[in-house]
Amino acid sequence: MKAKNIVTLFFALLAVVALISSCGGVQGNVATNGSTSMEKVIGVLSEQFMNDNPNVNITYDPTGSGTGIEAVKNGTCDIGLASRALKSSETGLVGTVLALDGIAIIVNKDLSVGDLTVQNISDIFTGKITNWKDLGGEDLEISCIGREAGSGTRDGFESVTETKDACILAQELTSTGAVISAVGSNKNAIGYASLSAVEGQDAIKAVKVDGVDCSEATVRDGTYKIQRPFTLVTREGEELSAAAKAFFDYITSSVANDLIRQAGAVPVA
Amino acid sequence: MKNHKGTVEYFFRLIFLICGIAAVFCVLAISVYLLISGIPAIREIGLKDFLFGPVWKSERNQFGILPFILTSIYGTAGAVILGVPLGILTAVFLAKAAPPRIAEIIHTCVELLAGIPSVVYGLTGMTVLVPFIQKIFNLSSGACLLSAILVLTVMILPYIISVSETALRAVPKEYEEASLALGATKTETWFKISIRAARSGIIASIIQGVGRAIGEAMAIIMVSGNVANMPSIFGSVRFLTTAIVSEMSYAAYGSLQRNALFSIGLVLFLFIMLINGLLRLVSERGSNK
Amino acid sequence: MRKFKEFILNTGMRLAALITCGLLAFIIGNILLRGVRYITPQLLTTQTSYLNDTIGILPNILNTIYIIIVTMIIVLPIGIGAAVYLTEYASNRYIVSIISFATETLTGIPSILFGLVGMLFFTQLMGLKQGILAGGLTLVMMVLPTIVANTRESLLTVPNSYREGALALGSGKWHMIRTVVLPNALDGILTGCILSIGRITGESAALLFTAGFGLRLLSFFNALQSSSATLTVALYIYANEHGNFNVSYAIAVVLMLITLLLNLSAARITRKIKDRRNG
Repeated sequence: MKAKNIVTLFFALLAVVALISSCGGVQGNVATNGSTSMEKVIGVLSEQFMNDNPNVNITYDPTGSGTGIEAVKNGTCDIGLASRALKSSETGLVGTVLALDGIAIIVNKDLSVGDLTVQNISDIFTGKITNWKDLGGEDLEISCIGREAGSGTRDGFESVTETKDACILAQELTSTGAVISAVGSNKNAIGYASLSAVEGQDAIKAVKVDGVDCSEATVRDGTYKIQRPFTLVTREGEELSAAAKAFFDYITSSVANDLIRQAGAVPVA
Repeated sequence: MKNHKGTVEYFFRLIFLICGIAAVFCVLAISVYLLISGIPAIREIGLKDFLFGPVWKSERNQFGILPFILTSIYGTAGAVILGVPLGILTAVFLAKAAPPRIAEIIHTCVELLAGIPSVVYGLTGMTVLVPFIQKIFNLSSGACLLSAILVLTVMILPYIISVSETALRAVPKEYEEASLALGATKTETWFKISIRAARSGIIASIIQGVGRAIGEAMAIIMVSGNVANMPSIFGSVRFLTTAIVSEMSYAAYGSLQRNALFSIGLVLFLFIMLINGLLRLVSERGSNK
Repeated sequence: MRKFKEFILNTGMRLAALITCGLLAFIIGNILLRGVRYITPQLLTTQTSYLNDTIGILPNILNTIYIIIVTMIIVLPIGIGAAVYLTEYASNRYIVSIISFATETLTGIPSILFGLVGMLFFTQLMGLKQGILAGGLTLVMMVLPTIVANTRESLLTVPNSYREGALALGSGKWHMIRTVVLPNALDGILTGCILSIGRITGESAALLFTAGFGLRLLSFFNALQSSSATLTVALYIYANEHGNFNVSYAIAVVLMLITLLLNLSAARITRKIKDRRNG
């Protein structure tokens, strides 16, 4: 009967798939969770580590800094990732700075404005300046694109520009990539995103802040003001599992510096 | 020998009974869970403040979901206003006027439309519709309520068409023949008589479409902007569904914010149950005629 | 005036039908146009690499297959069992109507609520980690009504003479079901499977918080308990979070092809059942 053939085929397919995918048995899982800005950095580091240590499996959940910290606190992950420093209210945790990251202020590549002061930026996002022509640009209504409430990037941006709780956003997106893509497709948009994610993106450009370009050098020597630390968060007083500890030691050592640079952040080690 | 067969028989009867109850168990579990997880936040915030509070700012601990409720209602209403005429006209064409070959093609089109995954609708909306709306209406961002309404319209269209078509086909031929005998044209018959006769089925299809529209999340999260504003046609908005998706991934365990999201789920569930109940009522009225 | 109204309605109908088909043609056409050229062997057979700056969706294809397997293995016995109970065993009308009511209610619940409950029940209460297993269990609830409905319809087409014949020969009820009824209802069960697989492939909202967003290549058993994104979730991630529309369109093409294939096969089999019923 034809149905019988189909059923047999189904189970054969099942067997083949199971066979293919059961090669590569993995031991030692490391769960990382948190900041979406750190995606590229953690991605590069974990990939290299997994290539060197095929028995380890590292997962990364892009949930945002706030959730990452929560996740490591209640034990659902090994290493939490935050694109900001730990707050004093976040007790029972240890933060280790992995790298520094500049928050690039991005606009569409076709916009004529290329240099803003921190005060400009603050006024734009709080709604005091609403049209690009007030800053010497085209006559276009400014569209502010920001991140969700738990974002480390948003936290970093708002603390440096002193716009906490005062930003009026046209769109609230949940990841670095989404902001970049929204600004890239919108001539009148302005947004903020991690420098590491901004590099190589053609549709947008990073404006100078107080005359300073956003680059690795200016982040490192502090002349680019809008920056924050990429922090690895672990539970206080608890030993990491063997696999997690190996990964942790690897990424905080100077061996990983080149990779961190490749991902666009500024290594601290 | 007989005893052995008896116990085996009984055993399997029991197994099948358990399977049968599985669906009931699922529904109960879903209802119970949504209630348990949704009530704490409502208790803490206060039912009136929660349902009718016009501001949702999680970082300031303000959790009023009126913006979401209104957005979901307006969005669904918009989709129905656009989709029902389009759907009913197509259904009438399919059921009455179309030559069989063409009906076959349109039928397949409608089935395929129903089968497209919601993320694909969202992707198309995000990359084609949103820039288009932005250009045409000269907005700073095309991600707005209007885009969401347009996407929802296309998504509920297949439901309205197929259920209405079935209802129209079920209209007794005598009604139509009588109308024609009295001198009405075919078109007049269809629109004045058949639609009226099939109205409970058509209403059922609309209610089903409403249920689908209110529950849609992925397609509209990509086109509606996601800022928790009160609804405005060209403004960035959040629906009940997208509110849950937007903040769930970063709401801390046990926090009021997370519980408030579950409460939104509970409100959504109650809406759906209401709509389902309405659907039932209308279908039963229709079949009792 | 009458003629005018008639003209408007007639054109309106045809226009509406045209618009409906046009929408479909536009959506499919747009996806194919923007997606086909990005379907490279590399995309389909590798995983995304940060080191090499390449994108690959093999993990997502496998995750979709894994979740189909997990869901179907669990839902088939339960769904078929429920349908068998409803058609062969149930004598109490009250129980039948309760089960039917429950099944119908399940169809109306939106997928985001399944995802929410799935997250609460499977990952929080039962302690499963986000992964294919939690995702699959959630999808079981979603797909159960389809299996039950289709199996039940198919069981009802098996002539009663078959059943009576078997019972007359001394067979027990379960034996009769196993050897006579079920084999003849396989077509309907198959349709239910295909429709369910179609639904599973296209599902996204229910899987976001149960199966997760992970993009790494994992073996079947690892994927069960590790965050694993299926094709639909991957499409959402690449479009919304990375802004990489090219990859998203490519994934959309793959999804459309799968959905088309499944829909057409289901339609073919349904037609065969109809013919058998009438013939």
